[in-house]
Amino acid sequence: MTDTAVNQAGVGSRSPVDEVFLVDPSVRARRRQTVIVAVSRSALAVLGLVVWELVSDRVISSFWISSPSAIWSALLRFAVEGQLLPAVWVTLLETAAGFAAGAGAGILVGLAFGISPLIARILDPYLVALNSIPRVALIPLFILWFGIGFETKLLFAATLVFFPVFLNTFAGARDVDRDLIDVIRVMGASRLDVVRRVFIPSALVWVFAGLRMSIPFALIGAVIAEMFTSNEGLGYLIAVTANQYDTAGSFASLLVTTVLGLALTWGVSQLERRALRWRLHSA
Amino acid sequence: MTPILEYRDLSKVFFKGEQRIHALAHVTAEVEEGELLAIVGPSGCGKSTLLNLSAGLMEPGTGEVIYRGRPLTCVNTQVSYVTQKDNLLPWRTVEDNVALPLGLGERARSSRDDRRERVARYIEMVGLGGFEKHYPSELSGGMRKRAQLARSLVYEPDVLLMDEPFGALDAQLKLVLQAELLQMWEGTGKTLVFVTHDLTEAISIADRVIVMSSRPGRIRAIEHIDLPRPRDVFGIRFAAGFGDYFERLWSALREDIRQGQEV
Repeated sequence: MTDTAVNQAGVGSRSPVDEVFLVDPSVRARRRQTVIVAVSRSALAVLGLVVWELVSDRVISSFWISSPSAIWSALLRFAVEGQLLPAVWVTLLETAAGFAAGAGAGILVGLAFGISPLIARILDPYLVALNSIPRVALIPLFILWFGIGFETKLLFAATLVFFPVFLNTFAGARDVDRDLIDVIRVMGASRLDVVRRVFIPSALVWVFAGLRMSIPFALIGAVIAEMFTSNEGLGYLIAVTANQYDTAGSFASLLVTTVLGLALTWGVSQLERRALRWRLHSA
Repeated sequence: MTPILEYRDLSKVFFKGEQRIHALAHVTAEVEEGELLAIVGPSGCGKSTLLNLSAGLMEPGTGEVIYRGRPLTCVNTQVSYVTQKDNLLPWRTVEDNVALPLGLGERARSSRDDRRERVARYIEMVGLGGFEKHYPSELSGGMRKRAQLARSLVYEPDVLLMDEPFGALDAQLKLVLQAELLQMWEGTGKTLVFVTHDLTEAISIADRVIVMSSRPGRIRAIEHIDLPRPRDVFGIRFAAGFGDYFERLWSALREDIRQGQEV
């Protein structure tokens, strides 16, 4: 038991040509699986696109389902007409601002709840109540209060982001070992020290899980708000193309939105990897 | 010698969830400066409560805890608390974990070089040289325990409060760490209060053993262990006198353990 770490260090420094790592059946099975997954995924995508292209206008009218080639040209058209980048930019700004506001508030309230069980006990029913409001129903009120500009979108995205981040941060802060806090207080830590050195880093794992989960919500929020009330952004593009029965345009805007969502999620994951580098070692 | 810690007619009630626990009843005892005092008792007899009170993490219900002649009113930062769990911060390397107490309160003002030198010295002392940059998850249970020990010693507290520190380790490792603890402690003049439920462990390492009753904890017996030092924890259980101590203390413990089982 005492020596496991030493053994691990030994594994790290093994000679790179140790034969067993090349020929062991379990190594080869793993490698084969990786290849199968990659090939099947690409094949599935190609198959889907080909079938879609063939079915379009032959089986189902392209009015309903458009076709990959039509979507591609719609995408090019958007780009050439200069509609695409401004739309992406506007939506990105709203998403980022809404995400920052919602996540910031979620982290603060979550930490407060985790650090003070008293605050948690007092406010708990109110948060449960707020969480059960159908968020979309707030948009008319937001429009009433803030007009149809940037603020409404920011606020709506923030309301969607707040709860997952709050709940995760709360869980993370509550997860902190009370023993650990006692030990550190005896070492002379002030309350602020305890928050800074224990609660925040310890909750960070959970916070990032919440952030990763809620970044798509921020995008969803921005897009929905745009569909309600806007003359710019991806949500507007989706609504407008659909209203004009431009299926290809609709699909194209959806595609761009999806790519944007993936990119944002990837960005947060990268941030997480950097912030939680110590976890890489605990594999 | 003057006692460094005194418990005067201590009683304590606290809540664990919704349950009210009567942990201590009229405990009066003294801890001499420089001694190694072991406290033994059945699980849930208030041993940990006594340590929490000594650290100032809890207020006494009735009675007083006196530290160096003064009643304790706030967290006692002259001591160090060693728990059963290692409580290392998983996001800090061994080095940064050991350095943690040196960055807190008054000590944060000491010079960087001084701090670095101390951290290195204590890591070396517990035998973790070469593992400074490792994260706790990369260490074995025994090594984490050593890192925890280095972190508790690095700020040179007057008293070490140890709450079943080796309770979760396997039997062999426990002996090894007991030996290392004794080796580090003997001759330092530090006071050690060592809570355990293992009577053999208590007699092997302690100058004095207090036996506590089951809840609410009272003091059942106090025994001076006059076995020679330095001690060899591997062989001491076969030393002359060990058996007598064991028998006497065991008879004090026995009835409470039986009671505990009935509950």
